[in-house]
Amino acid sequence: MSDYLKMLQEDVRFQEGLNACINCGTCTAICPAAEVYKYDPRILTDKLQARNEEVVEELLKSDEIWYCGECMSCKTRCPRDNVPGLLVIALRNLSQKTGLFAESEKGRQQLFLKRSIGEWILNYGYCVYAPHVTTKMFPEQGPVWDWIKDNMDEVYSRAGAKLGQDGPGCLRKIPDADLQELQSIFDVTGGTERYEQIEKVSAAKAAELNIPFDDSHSNPYFLKIYNENEKDHHEI
Amino acid sequence: MEHHSTRPDWTQYQKDIADDHYYYARSCIRQNFFPASEQTFLRILKDELGKDILDDAHHTTCTGIGYHTDVVPLETTMTVVARNFALMTEAGYKNYVPSCITSFGLYTEILETWHHFPETLEKTREFLYKATKREFNIPENLAHTSDVIFKFRNEIAAKAKFRLINKETGKPLRIVDHIGCHYAKMFPGKGIGGAEYPYVLAGMIEAWGGQTVDYPERRHCCGFGFRQYFVKANRSYSLSASRKKFESMEPFKPDAIVNNCPGCPYFLDRWQYVTAESEGKVFGPDNKPIPVLTYEEMAGLVLGYDPWDLGLQMHQVPVEPLMDKMGIPYDASKKYLDKNGKDIGKPVIPELFKSSVHE
Repeated sequence: MSDYLKMLQEDVRFQEGLNACINCGTCTAICPAAEVYKYDPRILTDKLQARNEEVVEELLKSDEIWYCGECMSCKTRCPRDNVPGLLVIALRNLSQKTGLFAESEKGRQQLFLKRSIGEWILNYGYCVYAPHVTTKMFPEQGPVWDWIKDNMDEVYSRAGAKLGQDGPGCLRKIPDADLQELQSIFDVTGGTERYEQIEKVSAAKAAELNIPFDDSHSNPYFLKIYNENEKDHHEI
Repeated sequence: MEHHSTRPDWTQYQKDIADDHYYYARSCIRQNFFPASEQTFLRILKDELGKDILDDAHHTTCTGIGYHTDVVPLETTMTVVARNFALMTEAGYKNYVPSCITSFGLYTEILETWHHFPETLEKTREFLYKATKREFNIPENLAHTSDVIFKFRNEIAAKAKFRLINKETGKPLRIVDHIGCHYAKMFPGKGIGGAEYPYVLAGMIEAWGGQTVDYPERRHCCGFGFRQYFVKANRSYSLSASRKKFESMEPFKPDAIVNNCPGCPYFLDRWQYVTAESEGKVFGPDNKPIPVLTYEEMAGLVLGYDPWDLGLQMHQVPVEPLMDKMGIPYDASKKYLDKNGKDIGKPVIPELFKSSVHE
């Protein structure tokens, strides 16, 4: 058994997030995730304050730590200054460090998030980049987005944006030298290592599950984690 | 210091907002989905208020959505934030104004972390220097861009061409405000009015003639949830949260929803399209959907800016019913033209939205 609790305790978010939970359930009452998922931030917090390594390992492998939306409504309302949302962030961090994220269906979704948001950050300097957003992937964008996509330069220009252009402005092309600094920061601080870990562990899990996997955004493993739920995550 | 209420329990939720010389940090989401709002903010600051604000080509995302989808580690995010602070420092500015609420919350959290865990600040300085040879000062003042508009709401009111008043009845329009969760839920003392009695948008609404609707689920999340929206398999989380808000506000017959977070108006706009198409349901008065605005768009309408300069044609839910109530004239035939007046086609209008537009 690894020393998970020691690793969690080194995370400032765990230190700040866990005081003495009195199990009042206020966090659960206010939690948007608890309304729609088999998820209860009170129970999660109570499990952690029991400080049992086996329980923590089960959490790191579980879907339970991936239901929270990190809205942080729990921080406002807890009468004892616990923050289940911060505990979730610390657990997700450790789950990826240890590779246990790939043991749960919801945890495996990290590959999609790394290959979209994670790569857009380094490639463009933005967390989201409109030219990659389609109504196939995001159908709720509706017909207005199809019109915007079909006329991207004209619509953004009409709105005063500088899509892909040099100089300041909305959706400007961020200079290569600035993107190189971002990459360097990722290399120095562990960001690049995190991305590589997500790729490596996901590839191994895909092989174990015998699902085709490659570098593209169209391989069966990638599409499966983006589109599908095999388990029922909702009914209690 | 902004004083906005005589209620003594609100005194802890009043904040210092610098009155000039801002370093502007753009928002990933706002740039992508409400680009004209950022242009409008700069136009108001420079042209209406005569303020000095730097629009720097070199700053990047703070990585906030990457951080809250848990793919970017805290140390990386802190160092990227530090780089943006270094750019501010090098440009000679001390007042940092991010356009994004996720950024504002993250900057606030990082400044608090550096304060309470000074070793993390020292480590960040080492990382940044090693990666970029840059050094930084911590901003003297951190305020969200909605704080800045709130601060100058009365100056804007004095220049108003239109007010949030129904021109037919003379009564204030009923405006629902929606505050982004990370504006004040994490650090209530950093937001005007805190998390329970948010006033940053209500103050604008009241100053510009409207009436705030304090409906039951006013404080509920819009349902972004980061990974809960981006991954299609999780997306019902997002729709469920927005829908809960629509149901709660429906009895109050809101004329519009206004937001200070870049993501929230996107969800409250797009999920109304989904409820209209999937269940034939709209939530506004007169069997219409509820127009959704950013606070910059609301300010722009009040100041008499052309609605298509404000980018309202990029919304899925038509804003025309609100403009009609305010008595704002507009040329519907120009809504979907490019900046040179060229016809570039039109989007298909959903059936339940057709009564909101003049075709």
